[in-house]
Amino acid sequence: MNYRSSFFILTCIGFGFAFLYIPILSMVVFSFNASKLVTVWDGAHSPTLKWYYALLNNEEILDAAWISLKVAVINATGSVILGTLAGFGLARFSQFRGRFTLNAMTTAPLVMPEVITGLSLLLLFVALEQLIGWPAGRGITTMTISHMTFSMAYVTVIINSRLSSFDTALEEAAMDLGARPVKVFFVITLPIIFPAILSGWLLAFTLSWDDLVISSFTSGPGSSTLPMVVFSKVRLGVSPEINVLATLTLTVVTTMIVGVSIWMARRAKLDKAAV
Amino acid sequence: MALPYLWLLLFFVVPFVIVLKISFSDIDLAIPPYKPLLEWVGKHSLAIKLNFDNYAFLFTDALYLHAFANSIKVAFLSTLMCLVIGYPMAYGIARAKPAARNVLLLLVILPFWTSLLLRVYAWIGLLKANGVINNVLLSLGIIHEPLTMLYTPFAMYVGIVYSYLPFLILPLYANLEKMDWQLLEAAEDLGCRPWQAFYKITLPLSRNGILAGSMLVFIPAVGEFVIPALLGGPNALMIGRVLWDEFFSNRAWPVASAVAILLLILLVPFMMWYQSVQARESAGAR
Repeated sequence: MNYRSSFFILTCIGFGFAFLYIPILSMVVFSFNASKLVTVWDGAHSPTLKWYYALLNNEEILDAAWISLKVAVINATGSVILGTLAGFGLARFSQFRGRFTLNAMTTAPLVMPEVITGLSLLLLFVALEQLIGWPAGRGITTMTISHMTFSMAYVTVIINSRLSSFDTALEEAAMDLGARPVKVFFVITLPIIFPAILSGWLLAFTLSWDDLVISSFTSGPGSSTLPMVVFSKVRLGVSPEINVLATLTLTVVTTMIVGVSIWMARRAKLDKAAV
Repeated sequence: MALPYLWLLLFFVVPFVIVLKISFSDIDLAIPPYKPLLEWVGKHSLAIKLNFDNYAFLFTDALYLHAFANSIKVAFLSTLMCLVIGYPMAYGIARAKPAARNVLLLLVILPFWTSLLLRVYAWIGLLKANGVINNVLLSLGIIHEPLTMLYTPFAMYVGIVYSYLPFLILPLYANLEKMDWQLLEAAEDLGCRPWQAFYKITLPLSRNGILAGSMLVFIPAVGEFVIPALLGGPNALMIGRVLWDEFFSNRAWPVASAVAILLLILLVPFMMWYQSVQARESAGAR
C-alpha cells in the first residue's frame, strides 16, 4: 500500500487543522495580554500573568469549579460502573430479550439534543418530589444523576466496542478450567478492558465538567457549575480571565490525553511482546 | 446486569412520558407552573383534562414554525459544510502513514475534549468588531472598516461547523480506515482516473461512515442552544433557544414541553436511521 497523498488532500488537512486550532491558540496567546480589551495586544505590558492571578483569586469561579469537580468525579465513577455493565451485556449476551431496546436507549442519549434531555430530567425530578418527596430540591445530586444518564451511554459504546474487538477464547478457556463467571469477569475481562474503562472514566469526567445545558436545567440555587458561571460571563462579552481558564483547561487536557495515549501505546506493545 | 437498564428506564424513558403529560397541561401561576392532568371531580369520578392549546399555540404563532424550519435548515447546511471540510481530512488521515495517523487523530480528538463553551467563546474574540480577524485584515490594508461578523448567521454557522467537525471526522475515519485501498489501485490500473475511482469506489464504500458522521452532527445541531445564544445574535431563531426561553424566561413549562415533544417527533426517525447505520457498520466490521 502506498501512503502518498495528493497535494489537494494535504492542503485540505492543513486548512482543516488551522481551522480547528487557530481559535484555541488565540485564547492561549491572549491569556497573556495585559490589555482589558482582550483582543487588542498591549505590547508595552505583555506578556503578563496578571489575569492568572486574577482567576486564582476569583471566588465565584473557584467555588463553581469545586462544585463541577465534585459532580464530575462522582459522575465519572458512577457512569463507568453502569456503562461497563451495559457494554458487557451488549457485547457478550447477543441474544437477550430487550437487547434492541437497551441498544436504542444507550445510543439515543448520544445524539439527543441537550435541551430535551435537560427539560425532561428536570420535569422528572419535580414530579418525583411531588410524589415521594425525593429529591428534595435540586442541586448536586440531581445534576450528578442527569450527567450519569448521558455519560453512561458514551462509556457503554467504548466498552462495547473494546469487548467486541477481542475474541472470547480467553474467557471461555477460564470457564472451561472451572472459574465462575464472576471470577472470569474480574480476573480476565476487567484487566483486558481496563484501557477502555480508563478512557470511559476520563470521557465521562470531561462531559460532566463541560456540560452547560443539562446542568442549567437540573441545578438548584447555590449550585452553579463552572460552565454556568462562564456562560453568564461570556454573555456579557469577552473577559481575559476566561482566556486564562481556557489555557489552563487546554494544558490539563493535552497533558492527560498525550500521557494516556503514550501509556496505552506502550501497553499495547507489551501485550504484543507477551503473545 | 439489569441496573443500567433500570437506570435508563427511570431517568431516560420515564422523563419523556412526563414531558408528554405536561405538554397537555394548563399553565398555572404556581410552583411548579402547571396544573395537574387528573382531577377528582365529585367523590368517585376522576377527570382527565387534555389541553391541546399548547400545541395549537405552536402552530398558530408563526415564530415557532419558523424556528423549527430555520433549525432544520441551519443543521442541514452545517452538516454539508462539515462534510466538505471533514471528508478530505478523514480521507487524508486514513491514508497517512500509521505513525502520522495516530498523531493526526489525536489532533482531531483534542478539541473535542476541551470545553465546547470555551471553544465557542474563542470565536467571539476572533469575530467581534475589534477582534483578531478584523485587526489582522485592517492592519494588512485588505479592509478599511471592521466587518460585522459576530451576532450574524455567518458566526453561527462557523460556530456549529467548528464545534461539530470532530464528530463527523471520527466515524468517517473509522470507516475509511477499514477500506481496501487495493481496489483503488486496481481501478487506476484499469484506466480509471483518480476522481472517477473516488466517485465510483471510495464514496459508495464509505456511505455508512458519511451517514453516521452526518447524523452525529445534524441531530444535536437541530436542538443546539449554546452556539446560537452566544454567536447568533438576537435574531438567530433556533428551536433549542426558543425552548430555553419558554422555560427559563417565560416559565411556560407546558409550552416548552410541547416544543420538546414536537422536536422529538421530528428527530426520532433520524435517530432510528442512525442506529440502523451503526448496526450495519458494526455487523460489517465483524
